Amino acid sequence: MTYIAKPKFHHPGLKKNALGYTHRDYEGKISTLCAGCGHDSITASIIEACYELSIEPHRVAKISGIGCSSKTPDYFLGNSHGFNSVHGRMPSVLTGANLANRDLIYLGVSGDGDSASIGFGQFAHSIRRGVNMTYIVENNGVYGLTKGQFSATADRGSKSKKGVTNTDNAIDLVAIALQLGATFVARSFSGDKSQLVPLIAAAIGHKGASFIDVISPCIAFNNHAGSTKSFDYVREHNDAVNRLDVLVGRDPIAVDYAPGTVQVVEQHDGSKIALRKIDADYDPHDRLGAQTFLARHAAKGQIVTGLLYVDPDADDLHEHLNTVETPLNALEADTLCPGSAVLDKINASLR
Amino acid sequence: MKPTDIAAPDYFHKVVDCQWACPAHTPVPEYIRLIAQGRYGDAYMINWKSNVFPGILGRTCDRPCEPACRRGRVEENPVAICRLKRVAADFKDDIRQRLPKPGPKNGKRVALVGGGPASLTVARDLAPLGYHCTVFDADPEAGGMMRTQIPKFRLPNSVIDEETGYILNLGVEFKGGHRIDSMKALLAEKYDAIFVGSGAPRGRELELPGRTEAAANIHIGIEWLANVSFGHVDKIGKRVIVLGGGNTAMDCCRTARRLGGEKVTVVVRSGFDEMKASPWEKEDAIHEDIPILNYMVPVAFKHVAGKLIGVTFQHVKAEYDAKGRRNLVPSGDPDQTIPCDDVLVAVGQENAFPWIEQDCGIEFDKWHMPKVDPKTFVSTNPKVFFGGDAAFGPKNIIWAVAHGHDAALSIHKMLSGEDIDERPLPEVQVSSQKMGIHEWSYDNDISPDKRYKVPHRDKVVALKDIRAEVELGYDVKLALGEAHRCLNCDVQTVFSTSLCIECDACVDICPMDCITFTANGEETDLRQRLKAPSLHPDQDLYVSSDLKTGRVMVKDEDVCLHCGLCAERCPTGAWDMQKYYIEMTHAGSTCPTKSRSAA
Repeated sequence: MTYIAKPKFHHPGLKKNALGYTHRDYEGKISTLCAGCGHDSITASIIEACYELSIEPHRVAKISGIGCSSKTPDYFLGNSHGFNSVHGRMPSVLTGANLANRDLIYLGVSGDGDSASIGFGQFAHSIRRGVNMTYIVENNGVYGLTKGQFSATADRGSKSKKGVTNTDNAIDLVAIALQLGATFVARSFSGDKSQLVPLIAAAIGHKGASFIDVISPCIAFNNHAGSTKSFDYVREHNDAVNRLDVLVGRDPIAVDYAPGTVQVVEQHDGSKIALRKIDADYDPHDRLGAQTFLARHAAKGQIVTGLLYVDPDADDLHEHLNTVETPLNALEADTLCPGSAVLDKINASLR
Repeated sequence: MKPTDIAAPDYFHKVVDCQWACPAHTPVPEYIRLIAQGRYGDAYMINWKSNVFPGILGRTCDRPCEPACRRGRVEENPVAICRLKRVAADFKDDIRQRLPKPGPKNGKRVALVGGGPASLTVARDLAPLGYHCTVFDADPEAGGMMRTQIPKFRLPNSVIDEETGYILNLGVEFKGGHRIDSMKALLAEKYDAIFVGSGAPRGRELELPGRTEAAANIHIGIEWLANVSFGHVDKIGKRVIVLGGGNTAMDCCRTARRLGGEKVTVVVRSGFDEMKASPWEKEDAIHEDIPILNYMVPVAFKHVAGKLIGVTFQHVKAEYDAKGRRNLVPSGDPDQTIPCDDVLVAVGQENAFPWIEQDCGIEFDKWHMPKVDPKTFVSTNPKVFFGGDAAFGPKNIIWAVAHGHDAALSIHKMLSGEDIDERPLPEVQVSSQKMGIHEWSYDNDISPDKRYKVPHRDKVVALKDIRAEVELGYDVKLALGEAHRCLNCDVQTVFSTSLCIECDACVDICPMDCITFTANGEETDLRQRLKAPSLHPDQDLYVSSDLKTGRVMVKDEDVCLHCGLCAERCPTGAWDMQKYYIEMTHAGSTCPTKSRSAA
């Protein structure tokens, strides 16, 4: 929590993106989260990704539920559309908004409480339906707003700040998302922006349900010895399968890695993802392989991060439903109400 | 890079750009904070201790601090440091009780030649220690060039009287109207030390055809200003040409406007932008309807029957040779004669020591300047010291004050039997500003305000009265607004490597993108990898030792706002905001020298 507003002054040498904005132009209000909260780093990563992609802020809808994580959309993209929904109901609000106006970029921001407990069903169905969105879970393993009880993603055997051991099994949202058919699945760490920023940028470019689980240490209640979501634990057990660079449009980044270790994935919007393989055997196009890889490493206590699965040719809910291309708010009255003759025709076809 | 040694006294001093740039190293942010709190007397005393003449300098200083001010790198204009100094002087209450008292006499006598800022500073430092100081000046009153050369509409006598009075009241003997004609004779009077602060008293001549014939209407700038100052001259012709582009030229032309000069023109050899005058002094002259013509070299004074009728100029242009040196070459345009009644020559000042005999142990160099040690200010005669313009040629008041402090320290050390080459370190007081989780004992909310203009007296009124001060100074409200613009650069960001958990909170919050966590490297390499480009390589990088992940914290000090948000967002207190109050050590202080502190 900070009382003063962040000064408007910025570094005189800041670079501008294609729209003429600096990354400061993608900020929102100053964060009211605890000092050092991992969520603030995710906020900064979203800002950085949107800046790099030269996204027009008014083209984004940021939607969240309740919790520390769900407060964060106030801290980035101050000039975007936003909706702070009921606890756990972000996915259905997002689905509805997406159906009404398919032209916006949808950013769903949620937490482990919001998505793995009260909104678990909502999470499942939005993924299952293939809503075109970027679904980010800021996962700290505790209920921070209510003083640090274990959440549903807390690992069995991990210890609370007071020393109590968690006896429940953990929900691995990445495993669930893979199982439910998400077409872009990744895990990252708030303390590793060099991995997280391109993942968010790639997810925004992906058409279909993109899911990113970001482990985000809770400084106040879950950053102690015995926690499996602390800075130290995640850094020690992080097993990154790959690193990526997002290449946007006409401004390709020269990729300078040893041949054979880079895999280029082309996305629907024309952007390209250059994947630098760290684990030579890992294939991010193999859903089943990813699931077993995850399970095997989880059993060893390792946290697998990186782009775990991507289907570059995925389609989304609008294609499934064969909806009209024009956003509903742009449809004129005569299109929406074509008249009694058309109605008669439809009725006749049903007789 | 090696981890930054923040214990080195210069490291954080450099971060306080204004203080570092000030020759006297005045603790600027501290006194600006006191002004903001309405503690004008306290602000004045900090200045008085450091630069001796706050009221005078607050009106006349050449302000090396302002071009250095960090605010000037963040937005358009630096903080009006100089004019805030004047605020402290204008609004203080009676501070006489807070001044040092004349110390019990130690039996040692010091002679000071010249009653200007350098000599008075030496006297100020030495008198409280018990030295008997005798100041000699050819003029009847103390102040030297501050009194004779600076026009009263910029610096009223009352301010000079007050601030020279504070020094003379320390038991300093002032012998006005007493010109020293012979160093030998002075040495024969067996003073324990002699300080020469006689300035650069001779205006440079301009020997051109017609100079002798038209002499009655051609005046040397600083002599003319002195005559105006003492009331010997009170009028000038209607059309006046001022030759020269320094601050003296600006004082000449503005004075001429007040003594009957209706059409006053300044003509300079080089370009307008290269003029030596401070930009604000040029602005003030232009505001008083004085055109400044550039790239014109005077070639002759025109006269008829012994009366000056004009000055002929050759038009030139600047050409640069392969080495980038500038040459003024004729532009080919025909010469131009500007008619005038009087000419004021302000083309520079020279030192003159006709009163120092060759055989009194003081050596001179090939430019006829005394050989003076730039650190101790001692001449080749160990009992004779030089300072101010007399030491290294014309500079300005604040340099004279700085020289005076150093010379006084040398004199005190010499007469205490110490090695004058061993200089004391500055005194540094460090105090954390943390009062609560996000409360600081300084105002860290950055003001977005633009620089406030100092109100001026109405031009018509100002031009009628040569003693009417043009600048009226900030009122309390304007001063408060301007004081808030200060970035508190002396409240330093101090980093503790062992406490850092590398959560990136400081990186994310920093409004200026000053902080980067990255792999260590050589400085040039590191500067390439910062979060925001390094624009000023002369600004230091603050580098930590290795962190847990093997990376280091690198902070580019360049445009840090000292807003403390890094420390506010740090969950472990790895960043702290600590005030470094750095004070130069003057004569009589007990701060240890480097060699002693190492022992």
